[in-house]
Amino acid sequence: MEFLKHTFDNGLQIVAECNPKAYSSAFGFFVNTGSRDESDEVSGVSHFLEHMVFKGTPTRTAADVNRELDEIGSQSNAYTSEEHTVYYAAVLPEHQAQVVDLLGDIMRPSLREEDFEVEKKVILEEIAKYEDQPPFGAAEKCMAVHFEGHPLGKSVLGTTESVTALTVQQMRAYFEQRYSPGNIVLAAAGNLDFPALVDQAARISANWQPFAVHRDAPRAAPRSAFVALEKPQAVQQYVVQIANGPAVMDDDRYAARLLANVLGDDSGSRMFWELVDTGHAEFASIGTYEYQGTGIQMTFVCCAPDDCASNLEKIYQLQERAQRDGVREDELERAKSKICSSLVLQAERSASRMFGIGTGWLQRQQYITVRQAVERYQAITVADVARVLEAYPYAINTTVTVGPKTDLSAPATGK
Amino acid sequence: MPQEIHIHKLANGLTLLAEPMPWLESAAFALLVPAGYARDPGDQWGLANLTCEMVQRGCGSRDSRQFIEDLEMLGADTSGGIRNAHTSFAGAMPADSLPAVLEIYADVVRCPHLPEDQLDDARLVCLQEIYAAADDLAQSAMTELRQRHYGDPWGRPPHGSVEAVSVLSLADIQQMIERHYRPSGAILSVAGKFDWPALRDCVENLFGDWSGAEPPAIEGRPPAGGYHHLSSDSSQTHIGVAYPSVPYSDPGYMQARGAVGVLSDGMSSRLFTEIRENRGLVYAVSASCDSLKDRGSVVCYAGTTTERAQETLDVLVAELVRLADGIAEDELNRLKARIKSGLIMMQESSNSRSRSIAFDWYHLGRVRTLAEVGGLIDGLTCQSINAYLAEHPPQDLVVVTLGEKPLETTIGIS
Repeated sequence: MEFLKHTFDNGLQIVAECNPKAYSSAFGFFVNTGSRDESDEVSGVSHFLEHMVFKGTPTRTAADVNRELDEIGSQSNAYTSEEHTVYYAAVLPEHQAQVVDLLGDIMRPSLREEDFEVEKKVILEEIAKYEDQPPFGAAEKCMAVHFEGHPLGKSVLGTTESVTALTVQQMRAYFEQRYSPGNIVLAAAGNLDFPALVDQAARISANWQPFAVHRDAPRAAPRSAFVALEKPQAVQQYVVQIANGPAVMDDDRYAARLLANVLGDDSGSRMFWELVDTGHAEFASIGTYEYQGTGIQMTFVCCAPDDCASNLEKIYQLQERAQRDGVREDELERAKSKICSSLVLQAERSASRMFGIGTGWLQRQQYITVRQAVERYQAITVADVARVLEAYPYAINTTVTVGPKTDLSAPATGK
Repeated sequence: MPQEIHIHKLANGLTLLAEPMPWLESAAFALLVPAGYARDPGDQWGLANLTCEMVQRGCGSRDSRQFIEDLEMLGADTSGGIRNAHTSFAGAMPADSLPAVLEIYADVVRCPHLPEDQLDDARLVCLQEIYAAADDLAQSAMTELRQRHYGDPWGRPPHGSVEAVSVLSLADIQQMIERHYRPSGAILSVAGKFDWPALRDCVENLFGDWSGAEPPAIEGRPPAGGYHHLSSDSSQTHIGVAYPSVPYSDPGYMQARGAVGVLSDGMSSRLFTEIRENRGLVYAVSASCDSLKDRGSVVCYAGTTTERAQETLDVLVAELVRLADGIAEDELNRLKARIKSGLIMMQESSNSRSRSIAFDWYHLGRVRTLAEVGGLIDGLTCQSINAYLAEHPPQDLVVVTLGEKPLETTIGIS
């Protein structure tokens, strides 16, 4: 296993973890752009652009792109988040040149108007799909309230209105502001030829002109709020709660992930035993998400509407107890065992390594091996977790519930 | 690709399958007992699921908490779930943990505690699953489709009904275990890094003295078929279409799989191109082969907003009609490339191989190596697939829609 990197004059970076024993190789262009970089007028443009990137270039039609990806048997896709847009493909090693040529080419898409109008309909269908799907927009709403006035409060998909109003000119302008080679990392993992990768990327990106890219990263203001949204058609009640957490550069993220695992892993955690094992909730979990400048701990619950008030009470008590007494040594050890074993298992797939390396480099300009990651988790102590609890109290949170029940409120705390 | 898959039949009927993947650091297993939801007796729909929930609440020397905590310390990510023919326990772990994890799961199927004081909690867990499934509209449409396409018991809702689950007793659960948590017809598959003689001995020790008779065959009732609409105040109309095909064990299966691949595998497939790329009608559209032991089918899904639902169904059906006219060489070449690269990438996952070899054993009574599957894919030709399609054109469609308005259908296309 060898880590290699290269930076071109135009700012494009390549990072790769080479494993000559792997059966496949995976490649991804990681663009440092997402919904947080959008103005309200173009809400949803990052994600819509991600779709449009597959619609062809001056030398390829949309059908060509799809056909070529299939011809080399690639497993390819793309995703957009608040901060990143990622285009990737896993292939057999013999198809490295073809897949890099294709992914590299589509990084300079034509953004043709006729394709834009057809794809707009697909985006509107995607929005409609999520409207029908639990938790019925609760997570996005919770982000919007928690981060009100902050760029992280912006929706990734946008709304039916914002996407309908979007023009191809606005999308092209956004592309011109965000897809600078200096804002892009090409990450690769698996059985790959690094010198060939560098040569090829040099040819592909030779005409990519660099320009300055700016991201607003104001501090997020911690706040508390409770919102109950009515969804009469829903059978279950859904709760999303967001508290603050460590940011991408904060080493406390390891302790925060372990804390979330002890309190809210989907099996064997305190929330599991109290809410799920007892049948009070269908699902209950806590996850952490790190962003540039801030982070969140997100609690998610699905339960019968009539049980929601008592479940909220239970969650608040559970959080208060953790806040007061911290976590136990044996709980922490089990959480380490679960997280580290899953890290090692996931690393068996080239594609999963590629995501880890690309995201790590985009966020921190840093590479760590799986072994180093395991060591960082192993080094966390009960005191580290206590420090995280103190720095990011659950009592300061935004809670959104969606379902048939609206007469719900935040349980009283601090008793 | 490795050619070796170990098969060891225990005297009591349990089959151990093991595929060595010595380049991995992990091992994965799947333990299938013949207690699928198609075995739920009479009106006790949901019994297999409640039983599956109860056996994981303490077994052998461990209570319910110790059971989960020990698995966590072993780094094992495991789960239990029900399918139509089996209840299945499966998971992946660091290779060293495999013997200890198998020991725990031998206890799960052989000596569960079934704590009476946890029955009501377990029942609530199962009821929660039924409620939550009702909020998943796409899944609701597809569950209704399976019911109308396969009939009872193969197409019934896996989690049963609120009414039935509410009155199930511990005695019902004990009877389910007595009858169906049995070695005859059970499959234990392992893939990953392990030592074969040691694994075989370990499994003999853990399961060798397990006994019980083979359960009787299941008799099914004919399906309703036709078109059915479920009314819902939803943003999208969810469309499910199913039609008969051949089962996994049929000599024509690979041809059927090839034809469906042309319809739905990859971004250049026909459904994706015609319904999403060219017309922008949907975000999600798919078709896949689905197999019972004696019957196969093709199941399609599309989700679209109400005003475009009719056009979506019409284009979907038109593509099924066009499929019968045959496929082209370039379509087949792309499909082969996709399937073959998927097969090679499977070697990065002990989990998918352990599940796959268990599936093979149930359907074929033997296991195909990746090399053998690769050979079958190489052997596909346009001629063979088109001959299959001429003989088995998509027809006798069963259609379910869920949304604001019912649609016009032409069911009996031929």
